Amino acid sequence: MFGAGLLKGLAETARNFVGSYHDPARLPTVEYPERRLASPENARVFPFLVYDGADPERGLRCVACKICEKECPPQCIYIVLERDERGKPQKHPRVFDLDVSVCMSCQICVEVCPFDAIRMDTAFEWSTPDRFGGLLLHKTDLAKPNRYYHQIHPTEAAETDARLAAEQAKAEAKAQAQAKPKAPPSQPAATPASATP
Amino acid sequence: MAQTLDQLLVLAQQRLVALWPAPWQPWVAAFLGAAAIVATFGGLFALTTWLERKGLARIQNRLGPNRVGPYGLLQPIADGLKMLTKEDIVPRAADQWIHFLAPILKVVPVLLAYSVIPFGRHLVALDLEAGLLFFFAVGSATEIAVFMAGWGSRNKYSLLGAMRAIAQLISYEVPLVLSAVSVVLLAGTLSLPAIVDSQAGHGWAGLANWHVFTPWGLAGFVLFMIAATAKTSRSPFDLPEGESEIIAGHMVEYSGFKYALFYLGEYLSLFAISGVGITLFLGGWRAPVAWLDWVPSYLWFGIKLLGCIAVFIWLRGTMPRLRADQLMNFAWKFMLPMSLVTLVAAAVWHATATWTFAGAGLWRWVLGAALLLLPYRALSRGLTQRGRFGPRRYRFAD
Ligand code: SF4
Ligand code: SF4
Repeated sequence: MFGAGLLKGLAETARNFVGSYHDPARLPTVEYPERRLASPENARVFPFLVYDGADPERGLRCVACKICEKECPPQCIYIVLERDERGKPQKHPRVFDLDVSVCMSCQICVEVCPFDAIRMDTAFEWSTPDRFGGLLLHKTDLAKPNRYYHQIHPTEAAETDARLAAEQAKAEAKAQAQAKPKAPPSQPAATPASATP
Repeated sequence: MAQTLDQLLVLAQQRLVALWPAPWQPWVAAFLGAAAIVATFGGLFALTTWLERKGLARIQNRLGPNRVGPYGLLQPIADGLKMLTKEDIVPRAADQWIHFLAPILKVVPVLLAYSVIPFGRHLVALDLEAGLLFFFAVGSATEIAVFMAGWGSRNKYSLLGAMRAIAQLISYEVPLVLSAVSVVLLAGTLSLPAIVDSQAGHGWAGLANWHVFTPWGLAGFVLFMIAATAKTSRSPFDLPEGESEIIAGHMVEYSGFKYALFYLGEYLSLFAISGVGITLFLGGWRAPVAWLDWVPSYLWFGIKLLGCIAVFIWLRGTMPRLRADQLMNFAWKFMLPMSLVTLVAAAVWHATATWTFAGAGLWRWVLGAALLLLPYRALSRGLTQRGRFGPRRYRFAD
């Protein structure tokens, strides 16, 4: 019958209208500033620098190797190496700036960092009235504790920590093994026990 | 008590008029009526923009405006301020006078048209003998405004939009007037208050004697409302604006307050035409059942008007826009014959009013319904079967 389709359409929109008052599936809006959804674990926005311990300055894992600076496709990282008064490099960045107005969230810096020092953040509310200064993040803005990293990406952080711990254990064992032949007399009691098959 | 409440506005007007010296009184009365109409329907315009945005949002599973004031109720004020503070740009090549006059001409005739609508018992600004005729005559003046806007802007989109608009408005004027004629036929008068009086009394099961409760009246009401939708160029007949095709049509070159005036005119004519539809078919300000007669008459009118507005919003949230050829086919091959058939059905209903044998009422209904349904089937088959509403076939493209 001519017009039946129109009535069907009207019924559908009426169902939407009424449903939006009692059925959450028909009104999926979350009113953002007041209420917010939790970010999914794999969300990524801009990078941040991880530090261990309590001091954001000395705990930084970054050694200012500048690999990320070179690899970053839009060139938005700027690093200056710290040197002591005699000009000796200090394995620490004096300046670590990141221009989030340029960053394209590609995560390449994270992939290339050999020291697990830089990771992707989930904070996205960077709007600011100052489009130059406000969007240029400095070392102090970027440094976030490892605890925070565990909060936002628990699985990834646990995996990183386990790997770092394993690497450290391996390094210690290697150091011990290297230290052993140099000082055999210092452990006389241990030698026969380990030497006997 | 109910009597006073019902006549509250009329009495207030009489009191105010009586304060003035006798020679001024007609002028003051006219001014008061005009001021009341402008204030009421201006306010209703603001409310409707909010209602519409809310309703459409809910239909689309959104929340709609909810930031300005409680439930976003002050949104129309924010919109108005925005419109007022925008720059009023007139294209250099435009015809300055026509461009300037078009938005005014869009609003003023509609306001004139309000003067003949009875909003309540004795609540009519101008009880004209030929009120319905006046309404349609004045209402058609807005078509000139649309074409002035399109022509005066000197923009091809404006002109295209205006030409579409004129074609549409004139085509749908015919079924609009024809479906109103059947009421005139039955009521025997062109005066709108008299038409309301012709629907007085209660018939079967205490239901009011409204024209919409007869077969021809129902068909006439539906036809009238469809034609009214087209006449006020609302979705699904919003081709004159056609935002996705001709970027607002005749309003392309308007900005700021002039643009707002076009919108005001459109909504005002929507209210006016709904008001006439209510008066013709829905018993005007009369209550649907006798025991609700104590509710003031203007409230009944308001409730019915809001109901009509809700239906228009619902339609807008549901229907996609028609194509220009579908629009014309629908007007001339469906609406026009159907309104003629309705006229015949109304005449038959009128002629059989003298039947007195047992079951005459039922037979009148059956006859009237058959008179309408058979042509409806035939016409709709003619429209749909020849692929007129299907996808368009391009003869030269393949
Ligand atoms: S963040 Fe990583 S790659 Fe970049 S400079 Fe620091 S240690 Fe090197
Ligand atoms: S995420 Fe990509 S663009 Fe952003 S700083 Fe890292 S490498 Fe550069």
